Amino acid sequence: MSLRLTDISYTYAADTDYAEAALRGVSLDVAPGELVLVLGATGSGKSTLLRIAAGLMEPRSGSATIDDDPLDRASARGAVGLVFQDAESQLFADTLIDDVAFGPKNLGMDAVSAQAAASEALEAVGLAPAVFGTRSPFSLSGGEARRAAIAGVLAMRPRYLLADEPTAGLDAGGRRLLKSLILHTRERAGVVVVSHTAEEFLGEADRVLVLSAGTTHWYGQASDVVADPDVLVGAGLVAPDVLEVQRLARQAGLSIDGFVLDPDRAGRRLAEAGGWL
Amino acid sequence: MAALREVSLALEPGEIVAVLGANGSGKSTLVRMTNGLLGADSGSITVDGIDTRDQARTRDVRELVGVVFQHPDDQIVATSVEDDIAFGPENLGLPRDEIRRRVDQAIESVGLGGLERREPHLLSGGQKQRLAIAGALAMRPRYVVMDEPTSMLDPEGRSEVLALIGSLRAAGHGVLLVTHDLAEAALADHALVLSKGETVFEGRVEELFGATHDLPAWGLELPPIAVIARTLADSGVPLNLTDLRPAALAEALCR
Amino acid sequence: MALVAVPVPFGQYVPADSPVHRLDARAKLGVAAAFTVALFSVDTWLGMAVAGVVVAAIVTISSVPWRLALRGLKPVAWLLVFTLVVNGLRWNAPDPAVHLGPISIDGPGLATGAFFAVRILLLVMGTSLITLTTSPVALTDGLSSIMRPLGVVRFPVDDVAMMLSIALRFVPTTAEEAERIVVAQTARGARFDEGGLLTRSRAWVPVLVPLFVRLFRRADDLALAMESRCYTGVGRTRLRQLVMRPVDWLALLVAVAVCVAVVVVR
Repeated sequence: MSLRLTDISYTYAADTDYAEAALRGVSLDVAPGELVLVLGATGSGKSTLLRIAAGLMEPRSGSATIDDDPLDRASARGAVGLVFQDAESQLFADTLIDDVAFGPKNLGMDAVSAQAAASEALEAVGLAPAVFGTRSPFSLSGGEARRAAIAGVLAMRPRYLLADEPTAGLDAGGRRLLKSLILHTRERAGVVVVSHTAEEFLGEADRVLVLSAGTTHWYGQASDVVADPDVLVGAGLVAPDVLEVQRLARQAGLSIDGFVLDPDRAGRRLAEAGGWL
Repeated sequence: MAALREVSLALEPGEIVAVLGANGSGKSTLVRMTNGLLGADSGSITVDGIDTRDQARTRDVRELVGVVFQHPDDQIVATSVEDDIAFGPENLGLPRDEIRRRVDQAIESVGLGGLERREPHLLSGGQKQRLAIAGALAMRPRYVVMDEPTSMLDPEGRSEVLALIGSLRAAGHGVLLVTHDLAEAALADHALVLSKGETVFEGRVEELFGATHDLPAWGLELPPIAVIARTLADSGVPLNLTDLRPAALAEALCR
Repeated sequence: MALVAVPVPFGQYVPADSPVHRLDARAKLGVAAAFTVALFSVDTWLGMAVAGVVVAAIVTISSVPWRLALRGLKPVAWLLVFTLVVNGLRWNAPDPAVHLGPISIDGPGLATGAFFAVRILLLVMGTSLITLTTSPVALTDGLSSIMRPLGVVRFPVDDVAMMLSIALRFVPTTAEEAERIVVAQTARGARFDEGGLLTRSRAWVPVLVPLFVRLFRRADDLALAMESRCYTGVGRTRLRQLVMRPVDWLALLVAVAVCVAVVVVR
């Protein structure tokens, strides 16, 4: 059971003068319970990859499957949830509960079940239905609106969740809430997080796909990226500061045995290695 | 509901003051007060002695204070880079050659040379934000107020804009940097923290970085690298708590 | 439903450095007006052929690829066919030479239809040459310059010009946002391609509402940003200057002269 993209390629406007190869030979797979982090600078093909993984576009070559069935708009419907960077711009209904119920209703649920699913999803994102349910989506703050939009996707109980820069533009509290929401979703769904910075989810990811100019720069275990953050640099990305300082310290001769992402631990190890503790 | 309550701050040319706070702390209201878009219910706001409530001198205030808002797309008005930068000087009724001069200088200050005729929707996030800053600079302000300038940018855009902010200070502008990101605030000379409309901290940025116990209550979070710097400093490593460059920390560590 | 935006240059403008591109926007607008009048005065195939040659010549000089120049005809293809059909086919005509049941082809009618169709074709191509060779900025500047005399009757020329310019600036941005919202709602199971007219119209509510809310918020923010840069609507000077050079006057004069000649000579 997995969402699997194998060796996919995509070219925009393929038969015209404006042909632009967005992806070439990229592979990715995620199973429920896993978190795959896709890293890439702007223009690396991330948004194309996302749309293909959501079944909204078909790859020109290669295969895309969901639980061994071909991945297309029909098979992705309800099974693959997509959360955009400015997810809050999808809110449209008169009341929040109606907006969140939109997805379930489109999937054929009757009004009562859809409402129940919406309530449950609102609860899950920390927007108590009793308090927020009847409010207008446009009366919410930025962070609340972001979570409301995610509730709209989670209400469909997707088996896979694709999130594009889920924490962009949020303050510390908002980021923390969103991250725990995504990790919670990972418990029963396969999650793909697309980002241009590794910090937020590198520690929790199972695998990392690094895209560069539409091709796979690197694909492997997240722990390998932590051990060798240089794999990011070649793709025009910046290694997390926490790893970079450990790398530089080792380069300067200090004996640092494996890098860690947790800043408290990293700080102590560095202080010890430097003879300050 | 009060957005701000008895908040005071002063900004001098050649310094960066950071105003921090979680979303909803009143930061954006403050931004709109700096150039007279909003007025205060009580207290006063003056720019080089001019009261922002003085309607007759609104133009002077807005020439002295350039404001860059959060979403660059919602500030870009024209269909090309140089036309948008020219918007401000055009509004001031300046002669054509003066407008040309200011546009060219602003483009150079923000590093958008070569993109004069580019349409705004074809610019990257960082370029759009630099365009917005150029538009403000073309008014020749003494003070530049920026509302969360890097929150929607990718790492490349962020470092472009942060470098630009540093050079604005070097060029003698007074910069008010409103943000929720402590890493950004590290650039500043001193900082103010707002929480629910009230001032909860005021002082040097190093002190702010040291107030680890209060930060969560204020909706702020030390960037991971600053946590490392804190740990190292506590172990006796001589370093500057606000210089968050990994290279600087590694160097201090190995000394 | 197209999820992919083919990167055709916005508003059909194809940047290049040809004599046509370099002409003042106002001269081009004037030439187009003269061309239109002349086109509607011509009533011989010879005249139409000459008009065709003129258009072809301008397309060639402008270095715009023919494919793009002809692209403007796609939306009116149905109109061309309709014109041919309406003029060239008869219902229950007496003594039809060629017929299929009650429908017959009327020779002279077909010729007339073809004539009208060619006129429409040349009209569309001729006018689309303006947007192909004139940047949006130049167009709005040209239009507002031409509108200036209306200021005498208190027409808000500057305000309208500013609105046009801002609208143009936001078309690509808004199109991108609309696409993203369509994608987001599609991923929530929305369908835009099924049902009757009413169902389909309702299906667009989840796209139009957020789009409009965004636009209104953007308008508010933009107003603040404009005020911050001292926009008051009056007393503005301009960076760009539209100057009619001799070649611009020449192009305009030639076009007007030819037009007059055509109208007179028919």
